[in-house]
Order: sequence, then structure tokens, then C-alpha cells
Amino acid sequence: MKKLAVAASLAALLAACSTAPTTPAPVQPAATPAAASDIAPASQPTAVTADPFKGFDKLDSNPALAKRSVYFDFDKYDVKDEYTELLANHAKFLKATGEAKVLVQGNTDERGSREYNLALGQKRAEAVSNNLKLGGAPEAQVEAVSLGKEKPKAQGHDEAAWAENRRADLVYSQK
Amino acid sequence: MMKFRHLLTVIVTLGLACLAGVSQAQLTVEISGAGSSRYPIGEPSFAGEALMKGSVTEVIRKDLDMSGMFRQIDGGNLLAVEGQAPDYNGWRGRGANAVLIGGITQGQGDLVDVRFHLYDVAAGTELFGYKKSVRPDQSRVLGHYIANLVYEKLLGMPGLFATNIAYVEKNGSQFRLMMSDFDGENAVPMLISREPIMSLTWSPDGQSIAYVSFDKKKPIIYIRRLANSFHTVLANYKGSNSAPVWSPDGHRLAIVLTRDGLSQIYLINSDGSGLRRLTSSSGIDTEPVFTPDGSQIYFTSDRGGSPQIYRMSVNGGGAQRVTFSGAYNVTPRLSADGKTLVYISRNDGRFQLTMMDLATQQTQVLTDSAKDESPSFAPDGRTILYATEVGGRGVLSVVSTDGRTRYRLNNRAGDVREPAWRPFEK
Repeated sequence: MKKLAVAASLAALLAACSTAPTTPAPVQPAATPAAASDIAPASQPTAVTADPFKGFDKLDSNPALAKRSVYFDFDKYDVKDEYTELLANHAKFLKATGEAKVLVQGNTDERGSREYNLALGQKRAEAVSNNLKLGGAPEAQVEAVSLGKEKPKAQGHDEAAWAENRRADLVYSQK
Repeated sequence: MMKFRHLLTVIVTLGLACLAGVSQAQLTVEISGAGSSRYPIGEPSFAGEALMKGSVTEVIRKDLDMSGMFRQIDGGNLLAVEGQAPDYNGWRGRGANAVLIGGITQGQGDLVDVRFHLYDVAAGTELFGYKKSVRPDQSRVLGHYIANLVYEKLLGMPGLFATNIAYVEKNGSQFRLMMSDFDGENAVPMLISREPIMSLTWSPDGQSIAYVSFDKKKPIIYIRRLANSFHTVLANYKGSNSAPVWSPDGHRLAIVLTRDGLSQIYLINSDGSGLRRLTSSSGIDTEPVFTPDGSQIYFTSDRGGSPQIYRMSVNGGGAQRVTFSGAYNVTPRLSADGKTLVYISRNDGRFQLTMMDLATQQTQVLTDSAKDESPSFAPDGRTILYATEVGGRGVLSVVSTDGRTRYRLNNRAGDVREPAWRPFEK
């Protein structure tokens, strides 16, 4: 319990210090235990003034980062307009949070060639990662890979399942 | 000179089975094809079958049935004695053009002697006669061997009864790279993984298999040599590594990488050296396959707005579009003579195995299923193994370019997919 409290206050401290606009690359101990950020309550009093996109803990605390899937039309890999804001938010987060790394996993529905779907999934992942980079996400923090139709999230064989599987996911890890 | 090449394979696969130490779910066969002009042959009979474990005639009969090329005629009470000419008139009366008669006797030591003769009923002559000494437990190997001799003698084409296939079996969350006889018997795992395995492709000498595994959470190309079960990484570049296919001389492979952003075709030596990019398009280029003379590559590309099949020189340069009808034509495969292209086309939402005569450009849909994938030519150049779906489960199906051979390999225990017919061993 005591540990928790320490972690929380530490997180609060960090969040507070990162608000100072003049602080260049604050002396953040980047190695703050990952666990600490996990338990940091979303409603820190300091969060009001903190950059809501800076710090790995914002993945959990900032609702603007909650959605991490982009859906596609059949045999298409262009990112639809409705995902502009979603991806802009994640780009902002990646730009602000140097220790965040995102793996963009492209998926397809079960119909058609496995290899062509693998390529299609890659194009979807590329389209999403290009979008992130255009939004300011540093190249080194973004990697696009494809799972093709090999790892379907929805197991069904109908339009609903296919639509769910025509998808690119943002999978985060901390450097 | 008769050689039991198949025997070696069986020994190798049995060895693998022991290593793997798992129980097998065999593929079962459902024959659905029935050509109109099948060759009438008398049902084979072998006296003394009890000396062997398993029936040789059963194996031969099933092989001839599966080929779809023969109609087997019951001999009734016609006498069939090994070493004596058959009752030609009797067989003629029953409509048979040929008949196979054999006999099994105790041989030296543990061996049995198997003698068999093929007769031309119409001409009243013996076409061949052989004697083989085998172990009593070799009825399957022997049966396939004899079926091949009969098939080749009567039809003038090599039979497939001693060949192997490889495929991927998905059981729950487990993926297994399997190798079996052509009819699904003797299935043994070559590799077991919790991650997907796909795109199996044999080296031209049948001694190695290349495949794509997601073992390391992304597609990487491996090569496995059968002789020692070693697997080595062929390509593990940034992004996806997939769609391997061997060049006819076996020295290099065409593969697909996304290291430079998009899926593009590269050439690489079979030892992983000498990587060279072949295509430079702004779209997807994938599923390469060499022409039998090694001079050209057919592949799938969406450069024209929809996935279509193209061909280009192995030295690079421009590509010509090959398929024009429909909005989805993928996964090209070429027959051994280079004259026939098969691929998967989407017709009214159904993905179907389709054949194109490259000389006339005439196309023909070969199946009535809806989820065909991954065609693989048998080494006879006329038989095609492909994956499809029946009742929501992946099965392997076989069809010949003339539609006469048609059967299905079913696995009740799980999904089977990604088949690759092993070449004749050289």
C-alpha cells in the first residue's frame, strides 16, 4: 500500500514538472518503474495543467488515446477520414512521449489469398503508420507489421466478423 | 531397375513421427470425381495376400480409384492364377482392356516374394511381369509402387502414388507443418508451433521445404532440410518476409519483403546471400512463381487498381498483365510444361480455382466451391492440390486440369490448409 502511495505521488510529481514549458527535457528519471504509471490514478489534481499526451501513463489516463483500432473497407487500405483525430492524438502522444513505441499490426478478413492478405495487412499498417508520422510521430517509434488473415480477432464467417478483422491495431510498448 | 525410393521416405517420416512423439489424426479420402472415359481394368487380384500385413490389392484399388482415370471391373469367377495367362475372352466379355494378376509367396528369411503381371486383354499379350522381395509390412509401399507401374504403362503418364504432400494443420491454437503420403496416410509433423505457419514450397529436388512462420511474432522465411531436420532462416528483414518460391535450378528463391515499405519481390540465393530487389511498383507485388525455364516470373500485383496476375523477366524490367477478367485474380501457379496457369479468381464473391491455357488465353473455373486457396501442381503437371472450406472447416481438395481426377482429403480433427505437393525425387 505504501509503495502505491509513493508511486502515485511520484507520478504526480513527474506530471507536475513536465508542465513547465521552459523545462527542456526535464530530468525525468525515464526509468520510473513502469508499474508506477500503471497505478497512477487518472484523476490527479495536477493532470489539469499537465500535457495530456506526455508520459507513457497517459495511455491509460487520457481518453483521447483509448481507441487504438482503425477499420478498413474490403480490399482497401486507405485510412478513412473518421480516424483522422484518433491518429492525430496518437501521433501527438508519440511525439511527446519519447519512450513510447508503437507496433502497428495490419489485419484482413479471411477471404482470398493468404499471401495477398499478408501484403494487404502490411499496406494497412503502413497507411496507419504513415498517418502517425505525418502527424509528427518520430519514425523510430513506429513499426508496421502485418498479420494478414492469420490471427483473426473475430472468429465468425459473416460480414460482421470480416468487418471487425479488416483492422489495424496500435500496440504500444515502452522503450 | 526397380527402386523403392518411396521406402526411404517412409523410413524418414516414421523416424520423424517417433521424434515428435504425438498421436496422429489421419486425413480421410472422399472420392467425388468420375470421368466419363475411364480406362476399364480388371480388378487386381493377388493370391497369398495373407502373408503380408495389410492388403496390397486394396492399396492398388484405392490408388486407381483416386486417380479417377480407371473403371475397375469385377472378374467374377474368372480364374486368376499368377504365372498363367488370364482368360482373355472372359475379360473381354466383361469389358476390361487390361488386367493385373499377382501372387505372394514366402521368400527368403523374413521376406515375401511378390510376383505380378499386367496383361493387355484386347491384344492377348503380357505388358510386364516383375518379382519383388519385400518385408511383410510393406504392403502400402508395394501397392503404390505397383499402381504407379500400371498407371504409367496404360496411360503413358507418371503416376503420383509414391509422392508426398506437405500442408499445415491447425488444431485449436496449434499449428503443425505436416508431411504425408499423397493420399494423406502416414501424416507426421515436421514442425509444431503456437504461431501461424504458411506458404510452404518445395525445392525442385524435393529435399528441402521453405515456409513462413510467425514464430517471432512476424513473418520470417525458413528453410528446412528433410535429411537432417535442420531449419535455417532464409530471410528475416525488417517488416514481413514471405511468399518464398524456388527457382527451377534450386539455386535461388523469389521472396517478398516489405523492408523498403511495400510488399515487393526480391531474389535471394538459397543460402540467404545475394539479395536483390526485382520489382519497384507503388503497390503490392507478391506471390511470385518462376516459369519452368526459369526466365520469367508470374506474380500478383495491384498496380492496376485491383489484384491481377502479371509476368516479368527474372532480370527485371517491365511487366505484362496476364489476367483481365474480374477484379480479383491471385496466387498464380504454373504447370511443369509452362503451358497452363492456375490461380484463384473471385466470381460473384466466390474464390475459385481457375485455369488459363496460356496459348489461347482461354479460362475455365475448375471448382464449384467458394473459398479456394493456395493451389499446388502435382509433379505430373495435370493434377492440382488446393485448400478450400467445407462446412466451415479447411480441407484439401484435388482436381485435374481435365476434371477427371477429383477427391478430397479431410481431417476431422482440425483445419488443413497451405498444401504443397512434393516434386518427384531426383
